[in-house]
Formats: sequence, structure tokens, C-alpha cells
Amino acid sequence: MRPIANTRTAAGLPTGRLAVWWVIASEIVIFGGLLASYVMHRLAHADWATQAANTNVVAGSFNTLVLLSSSLSAVLGHKAAEAGDGPRAARCLWLTMLGGLTFIVVKAFEWSAEIHHGFTITSNPFWSFYYTAAGLHAFHVIAGVVLMGFVAADARRGRELHRVELIGIYWHFVDIVWIFLFPLLYIAK
Amino acid sequence: MAAHAHPNYVKVWGILVALLVVSVLGPTLGIKLVTLITAFGIAIVKAYLVAKNFMHLNIERRYVAYLLATMLVFVVLFFTAVAPDVMKFTGDNWEKPQLAAEVADPGHGTEQHH
Repeated sequence: MRPIANTRTAAGLPTGRLAVWWVIASEIVIFGGLLASYVMHRLAHADWATQAANTNVVAGSFNTLVLLSSSLSAVLGHKAAEAGDGPRAARCLWLTMLGGLTFIVVKAFEWSAEIHHGFTITSNPFWSFYYTAAGLHAFHVIAGVVLMGFVAADARRGRELHRVELIGIYWHFVDIVWIFLFPLLYIAK
Repeated sequence: MAAHAHPNYVKVWGILVALLVVSVLGPTLGIKLVTLITAFGIAIVKAYLVAKNFMHLNIERRYVAYLLATMLVFVVLFFTAVAPDVMKFTGDNWEKPQLAAEVADPGHGTEQHH
């Protein structure tokens, strides 16, 4: 007899994975709406380029590299979980969590420097979008790291290995959001 | 996901990192078209590679991709409906003199920091 909670579904997908896709569909509208608003305002205000010139491209590039690498470890964890190797899957998730924490630490230093220079969330509409979009994204990174801790703890004992893929799908989506935030906030001057 | 053939994930990661380097270096040339292609065009390619190879959308049930694409259509719909109000100075029975003044005199009306 198959475990009902994981496999019974009218949608042809394991229920957990269907739920993750549903979350991501909702997130597309949340981040998409925010970024679309940013783009239309940015196009209407050419002078925002002078504000955007103050973002730290080196920190943004490094964080992009960190997130891309953490996605690699997440998908390698999925591969290990599929092979039934829980401890290896857990190690991969820990690496991913390390990537997420690194991202947040870099962001904290970056924001501290910017705020110190007077670029606060109320100083200019560009910075309002900057802190809102990057902040919402950072919140998703933190949530992902916390959830991944629970999944990794189970995976280490060989339990609930299908969740390794589920948290991975969420993490890759967070990575994709950053892939678009990076050029919008850091590269377009 | 049921067991399936895995792509070479490290190779995909290598391509993503190479694309990242191009997307950072391209805009330094200062040519608008090159910036658009290297920064935003490459972002689309990177997102596609992650969705296909890491999220396995290519072997997922087809309707999942349709669901996500529908959400993107909603975003585009939102943009096309709202952008004219944000970006235009005037329309039928309305005008935004403040925005026109801002664009004519960047910095006017907004608090500027060094």
C-alpha cells in the first residue's frame, strides 16, 4: 500500500509538490507585481540612474554567485535523496543553508554601508523599491534556510526524503527572483 | 519526482557562472543595447536554465509550466494596464505636472543624497 499523503492526488503530482508549485505561482504574482511597478517607475524617472549608481555591484555579483552555488548544492541534495542517501542529502542542504546565511551576512554589511551613507528607504523612491524588493527577497532566503534546517534534520535520519526536492524547488525559485533583481537594482545605471 | 536521468548539474552551474560574468562585464562597455542584452537577456537565459535543469520543469507535468506561465501573463497584464498611468504626463482629462517638472528638472521635488 502506498503512503496516501504523498501520492494520492487528482492532479497527477505528489500533493506536496503540487503545493510547492502553487506557492511559487503565487510568488510570481507577488514579486512580478513589485518588479513590474519598479520597472514602470524606473522608465518614467531617468534620474533614478544617479541613485542606482550607488549600489554595490561587487556585493551584488558575489551574492549572485553564492545563490547560484547554493542552488547547485540543493539540486545535488535532491539527487542524493532520490538515490536514498539521506545523510548526503542533508550535507548538501547544510551547504545550501550556508550559502543562504552568507547571502544574508553580505546583505547586512551592504545595507549598513548604504544606510550609513544616507541611502535609506525614505530618501528616494529608488531606495524605497530597492529596500522593499531586496528585503522581501531576503525574507524568503531566511524562511528557506529555516525550513531547510527541518528538512535536513529529517533527511539525515533517512526520513521524509521527498521533502528535499520540495525545499529545493522553492530555493531555485528564490534564486530565479534574485537573477532578475540583480540586473534591475545593480546593473542598470 | 520519480527517478529520472539527471543532467550534469556542475556543468549547468559552470554555464550559469560564466553568464553571470558576462552580465556584469557587458554593461561596463556603456552601450545601451549591449547592456540590455547582457544584463536582462542573460537574466532570462539564466532563469530558463535554472527552471529547466534544477527545478526540472522540462520533465514536470506540462500543466505546471502552463500554471506558471499564466501567472506571468497576469504580471504582463498588470504592467500594460498600469504603466501608461505611471509613465505618461497627460491623458484624457488628467495631467501630472509634477512628474513633467521632475523629468524636466531631475532632482526637483525629491530629496537627494550624496
